Amino acid sequence: MRYLPKSPAERQEMLAAIGAKSIDELFSSIPEKYRLREPLKIPGPYSEAEIIQYFKERAAENAAGYTSFLGAGVYNHLRSVVTDTIIQRGEFLTSYTPYQAEISQGTLQAIFEFQTLMCQLTGQDVANASMYDGSTATTEAVLMAERLTGRRRVLVARSVHPEYREVLKTYAKNSGLSIEEIPFAASGTVDAKALAGALKNDVAAVVAQSPNFFGVIEPYAPLAEAAHAVGAMFVVAIAEGVSLGLLRPPAEADIVALEGQSFGLPPSYGGPFAGVMAAREKYVRQMPGRLAGQTTDSEGRRGFVLTLATREQHIRREKATSNICTNQALCALAATVHLALLGKEGLREMAEQNLAKAQFALAELLKIPGVRRTFDAPFFNEFTVELPRSVKIVNSSLLREKIVGPLALGTPYPELTKNALVCVTETTSRAEIERFAAAMKKALEQPV
Amino acid sequence: MNEKIKKASRHVSQSEGLIFEKSSPGKRAFELPPLDVPGVEPAKALGAHYRREGVEGFPEVSEIEVLRHFTRLSTWNHAIDLGMYPLGSCTMKYNPRVNEFVARLEGIATEHPYQPQDLSQGCLKILRLLEKCLLEITGMDAITLQPAAGAQGELTGLLLIRACLQKRGNPRKKVLIPDSAHGTNPATAVIAGYEVENIKSEAHGQIDVEKLRDLVTEDVAALMITNPSTLGVYEQRLPEIAEILHAKGALLYMDGANMNALAGVTRPGDLGVDVMHLNLHKTFSTPHGGGGPGAGPVAMKKILEPFRPVPILVEKEGGRLALEPVRPDSIGRVKAFSSNFGVLVRALAYILAYGPGVRQATEDAVLNANYIRKHLEDIYDLPYSLPSMHEVVFSDALQKKNGVNTMDIAKRLIDYGFHPYTTAFPLIVAGALMIEPTESESREECDLFIDAMRAIAEEAATQPEIVKTAPHNTRVRRLDEVGAARKPVLRWKPATKRGEAAD
Repeated sequence: MRYLPKSPAERQEMLAAIGAKSIDELFSSIPEKYRLREPLKIPGPYSEAEIIQYFKERAAENAAGYTSFLGAGVYNHLRSVVTDTIIQRGEFLTSYTPYQAEISQGTLQAIFEFQTLMCQLTGQDVANASMYDGSTATTEAVLMAERLTGRRRVLVARSVHPEYREVLKTYAKNSGLSIEEIPFAASGTVDAKALAGALKNDVAAVVAQSPNFFGVIEPYAPLAEAAHAVGAMFVVAIAEGVSLGLLRPPAEADIVALEGQSFGLPPSYGGPFAGVMAAREKYVRQMPGRLAGQTTDSEGRRGFVLTLATREQHIRREKATSNICTNQALCALAATVHLALLGKEGLREMAEQNLAKAQFALAELLKIPGVRRTFDAPFFNEFTVELPRSVKIVNSSLLREKIVGPLALGTPYPELTKNALVCVTETTSRAEIERFAAAMKKALEQPV
Repeated sequence: MNEKIKKASRHVSQSEGLIFEKSSPGKRAFELPPLDVPGVEPAKALGAHYRREGVEGFPEVSEIEVLRHFTRLSTWNHAIDLGMYPLGSCTMKYNPRVNEFVARLEGIATEHPYQPQDLSQGCLKILRLLEKCLLEITGMDAITLQPAAGAQGELTGLLLIRACLQKRGNPRKKVLIPDSAHGTNPATAVIAGYEVENIKSEAHGQIDVEKLRDLVTEDVAALMITNPSTLGVYEQRLPEIAEILHAKGALLYMDGANMNALAGVTRPGDLGVDVMHLNLHKTFSTPHGGGGPGAGPVAMKKILEPFRPVPILVEKEGGRLALEPVRPDSIGRVKAFSSNFGVLVRALAYILAYGPGVRQATEDAVLNANYIRKHLEDIYDLPYSLPSMHEVVFSDALQKKNGVNTMDIAKRLIDYGFHPYTTAFPLIVAGALMIEPTESESREECDLFIDAMRAIAEEAATQPEIVKTAPHNTRVRRLDEVGAARKPVLRWKPATKRGEAAD
């Protein structure tokens, strides 16, 4: 077997050195009747060429060659080949959590740079080394707010990603948290009246997403003000990080949960991505996850270590702030490299292109008779339109034109049947948008 | 290092500042294709109050500077690719490069989780085949691939147990956890809404079965057990333990962190285990990446199947695969979207490379651990003498006499070119040295490691100072961890007007 560096003779010599007659002797602590006698029934062994062939065949059964207008928490953005070149270096790829700082300075400094970039993006003071994804970062932010306030009621905007809310409910079920949902107003933003009605001094956190699931930008200030007035924390979830290149950061938030997928990570059928948690400095000791900190060595040189570990499970066990151990370090490194490449100007320009393309796509779609905009609030690179017929039917016509159409909103939001969430990024060309609009027009003109 | 040397020199000691310190306005490392639709004035489209004038403090550097910066940082890391990384309990084995290649294929990396399932059959087939392989390896009945890491797998497993017991009428109050367990176990139990009761191990480091019999009451939901234990020792009475639990209506959770000792040799499903997680980044070779991403599939017996997280992968007529979003008894989602799919792709590629030969990997892993044990047990204290499986745990008791502890030995090992073993864990061994070589080490590499460990034992006896002040030839010496925690500096800030760092 090509991954195993031993010849049969070496195995025998090693066994002899141990004083064992056979390899089975080393497994003698497993009672005989529980030892497998038959080989496992799994395919293989395959050569490298066969493995590549297998996955190429699977890839061909997917959507390669289609133009997609899907976003909803997973976005297609340009990625430089430099990012992948760096994260495939063995020194990053094949190392682990930097427990031994002296031989992990590369990873530690990169995490420190990641934490800095995330603070700059979100307008917060501290950020951790990564969470699993945006959904679990949002959930952990709520659990953190519960610890900080000692309160149990949580108000979550219905305009937060439906799957983020589902994950939150799974975790909350046994933590004694009660989760209540706040409806959205006609503009697509949080219904301020409904929020005011639900806010009392037993609320731990108000959770909103911006741009929200409908692509609409939430005004932070009134939400933060309302939450803070009753001593609740304001938690902001961000699923589309590129928006921060153009939009004012959620400086009013107490905790920000960010999905970093847009920063150099491919959609990869849903993961692995990079969750981020950022917060005010005074809350750092209640944060979950790893943190890299700057320090000096015995000769006064700058160096980095994992720090504030007394929050974590390997030290605190059942009293830890979270059970998170392995996080998404390599994805966080990809985001760090990607953002270093983009820089201040690149990120701004990418964000501006997203805005311009989405505006163009909306204008094209609104030319089609019967297509209406659902919400009138400002948006970034996603928007919602109401169609004169079922989104499902329209999408199956689009598929015939090799277009994966927008997300049908009817399942997560029954009141939004016939509404679709359209996403356009800098990777979508004008020609593709025009072809999409033409195909949509044709689909809507077809007799039912 | 001479502080005057600003130019990069030998890589372990070369100078390299923070990316922010290289920034100069106007430099760029990335250019976008020109915009092909009419430009939009952001203030007009968004409203001026939403507008941001670029991210303050973001770096402005060129492409070569970015590439060189991260390449230089990489040279300060130890990695499996450079040599043995015997970090116990972490299973630092070779990460095959073909796995990286296939995870990046067009049609694999490019797929959107919400694209139509008819256009995702390739992804779903990959998930299906991985499910089947992992079920065969674990001997369980059903599985979920959704959890993003081992700790999330633990939580999923306990939520399954809770949901099952709830359905029977009472979710119960306590989870029993041995004192040798990973810290994630108790931390997880709390999130699942359980109290933790720690069980003391018996004299050989195994579960005290007689004591367990008394502890298992109608209040106990489950026992979380690691097998082999964190001492690298097989829990021989596991089937009996399962019977004790089952007799009282409690369930047996197995932490699969140490599955690299069992794959192909025995199956937890045959031992009475009800539910377990696997760390794909350990046993199934997906890269640790400096701390993730991992994946933590959870395999279970039939009684827990109805509670699996949604969506559920199902086979329809004609072999078509689909993800079903609704199940009445499901614990719900633990993560958005399907899973850490890209990690699952790599794990399947690993399994396909071995096929049934996974057993050979397990045998070699156990062979290496025992070979190292044999060559070190005369000079390092072995606190528990039961047979070792895939890892061996020594203590620093002999070296302590000269004032040298496990951390000192670990740091000195760096000078010899190895990553340290796991220090000070498991907690039931004072001054533990937890060594897991994995199957990826040749006899030559094992011998080099043994030589290093023997040399350090010698140094500890004759010149302990050299060990206590190690490492001596790394980029930085021992770092001030106390200072780092007392006054945390967790981000870079631009220099203030007086030219000093704000921090």
